Amino acid sequence: MQAYLERLRHDRRAAWAAFIAIGILLAVLPFLADAGLGRSWVRILDFVLLYIMLALGLNIVVGYAGLLDLGYVAFYAVGAYVFALLSSPHFGIHLPFWMVLPMGAVAAGIFGVLLGAPTLRLRGDYLAIVTLGFGEIIRIFLNNLNTPVNITNGPQGINLIDPIAVGDFSLSQTHTLLGIQFPSTYGYYYFFLLLTLGIIFVSIRLQNSRIGRAWVAIREDEVAAAAMGINTRNIKLLAFAMGASFGGLSGGLFAGFQGFVSPESFNLMESIMILCMVVLGGMGNIVGVILGAVFLTVLPEALRYVGTLQQALFGQVYADPADLRMLIFGIAMILIMLYRPAGLVPSRRRRRELEAEADVADQERDSVYDTKR
Amino acid sequence: MDIFLQQLINGLVLGSVYALVALGYTMVYGILELINFAHGEVTMMGAMVALAVIGALVASGVALPGVLIVLFGLMVAVLVCAALGFTIERVAYRPLRHAPRLAPLITAIGVSIVLQNTAMIIWGRQYITFPPLLEIERYSIGGATISNLQIFIVLLSASMMVALVLLINRTRMGRAMRATAQNKSVAGLMGVNINSVISMTFILGSILAAVAGVMVSAYYGLAHYYMGFMLGLKAFTAAVLGGIGNIPGAMLGGLLLGVIESLGAGYIGPLTGGFMGSHYQDVFAFFVLILVLVLRPSGLLGERVSDRA
Repeated sequence: MQAYLERLRHDRRAAWAAFIAIGILLAVLPFLADAGLGRSWVRILDFVLLYIMLALGLNIVVGYAGLLDLGYVAFYAVGAYVFALLSSPHFGIHLPFWMVLPMGAVAAGIFGVLLGAPTLRLRGDYLAIVTLGFGEIIRIFLNNLNTPVNITNGPQGINLIDPIAVGDFSLSQTHTLLGIQFPSTYGYYYFFLLLTLGIIFVSIRLQNSRIGRAWVAIREDEVAAAAMGINTRNIKLLAFAMGASFGGLSGGLFAGFQGFVSPESFNLMESIMILCMVVLGGMGNIVGVILGAVFLTVLPEALRYVGTLQQALFGQVYADPADLRMLIFGIAMILIMLYRPAGLVPSRRRRRELEAEADVADQERDSVYDTKR
Repeated sequence: MDIFLQQLINGLVLGSVYALVALGYTMVYGILELINFAHGEVTMMGAMVALAVIGALVASGVALPGVLIVLFGLMVAVLVCAALGFTIERVAYRPLRHAPRLAPLITAIGVSIVLQNTAMIIWGRQYITFPPLLEIERYSIGGATISNLQIFIVLLSASMMVALVLLINRTRMGRAMRATAQNKSVAGLMGVNINSVISMTFILGSILAAVAGVMVSAYYGLAHYYMGFMLGLKAFTAAVLGGIGNIPGAMLGGLLLGVIESLGAGYIGPLTGGFMGSHYQDVFAFFVLILVLVLRPSGLLGERVSDRA
């Protein structure tokens, strides 16, 4: 594997071959999933892509800039509700998606700055709890802003949201192209795939840009970064805003895809799951984060089969698979972290940190201006 | 006035439960700088185990006074939770002591998922009611009422907190804990057994959590496999409010959060002309938290922590 990757780095033709192979695989993936596992798995693929986008957004805040954000789902919610309010019968407004999606992303970005601005002084765990509180506040407001003026329709949520459509071409319908049927989940798959690739591209470019390096510098040592002439305030706010707008974009897509949003989808557990995707995969590493998102989205679905497995192994179902699957999921999370504490695919820089001498690490831990506090 | 007094009483009762749970968070944080996300779930386990024991005793028809049955349930819950806390630290945190800082956070979340779902498999998804074993008497003071259960909750948590403070300030173990919190490696050089101190911290925190869990389920008359989540969140908030890692801070933060919450719930409706109902009480708690942290980034009593850095 390692040798192959090394070859890809140098051999142009091998790289193109791998690129095309991945492209073809991604293009036919919904057909494979549908044929191999059933129609519901195409829908799961759509969610995988949504979560990849979310996780990459959070990766900017947590992985690049090192700001622990436990309320990330709030931005997802903002994007989703902007989409829902501006293209549903709730207010009778039906703006096209290409207007609403960017509006959701911008609104989420603004919320990101709103959250970031007062919390710039906070370090580490204090920042975590404030972002967590912020996420809960957004959710509680969404839950209760149905009286006295009905804005969010409360716990019932907003229904009948317009699907993503250009003119008469709606992604919620089945289309036929060259004699092949493309059901709605397929359409969304390709649309999400396109956007995910866009976000991956932006993430890669950001990583090695001036801004990306500034984020890493802040993560490693904020005071040193400031001394080097980095405007830490603006750069941190930029991380919040950019991560949030990715979240807002995915939120809008979620609303259009589901056709329904309610505050229930945006609870703390969701934030924590997205954070787990980032950390479990390998913070700051794009491949790792993608892998984490795929893993944590697919595993709970795959674990739905534990009932069938029990049936096959013991001839009867002992424990309710719905209960058991989350138990196994939790155990899997613990085990992965125990065996790969830096994530499935650690970023190169972080791996170097890990391999540093123990006393160096301890010294860093005890340094006065450690970013973790 | 009577609303004020009533909400103050309710807030103090709730706050003393928060404070007990918050102590668990803050002690672990003070020593390991780790947010023990599974702590709320330990509280839930305490409540569930106690209710299971109490339920079994009631069903077996033992001729014991109600208070004794509840106390027995409490004892079992304390033992189970102490063992649980010890095991959690051994399995999920100790191997990761030199790992990147977010790794134990993820195992903590994993542990809490495991505990939650274990409880769900054992006790089911439904609410479990606390059997009416305790005779509730209500006394009225100045237009507000207070029950003997409420008084008992406040007294029990106050005495546990006093005991904890004495333990930390007066005993050998407490001195070892303080030394470990200041500097693990130097404490180790001075002959402190770091691992047993850390285990002890988890055990103590879990005992407090178990008591808090039993009290909260007796107070509301209900327990549920999901109850630990919100309780843990509030208690963690309380710990941060007071300055995480600081033991008096956790007590203050817990009491303050309880009072703010119930005063907020009682007054937010009339104050906003019915615009916001009492379901905004959680917003209130978090809003105060954000405000405090923005003005005092290390929490109310958190100075000692930042000095130590």
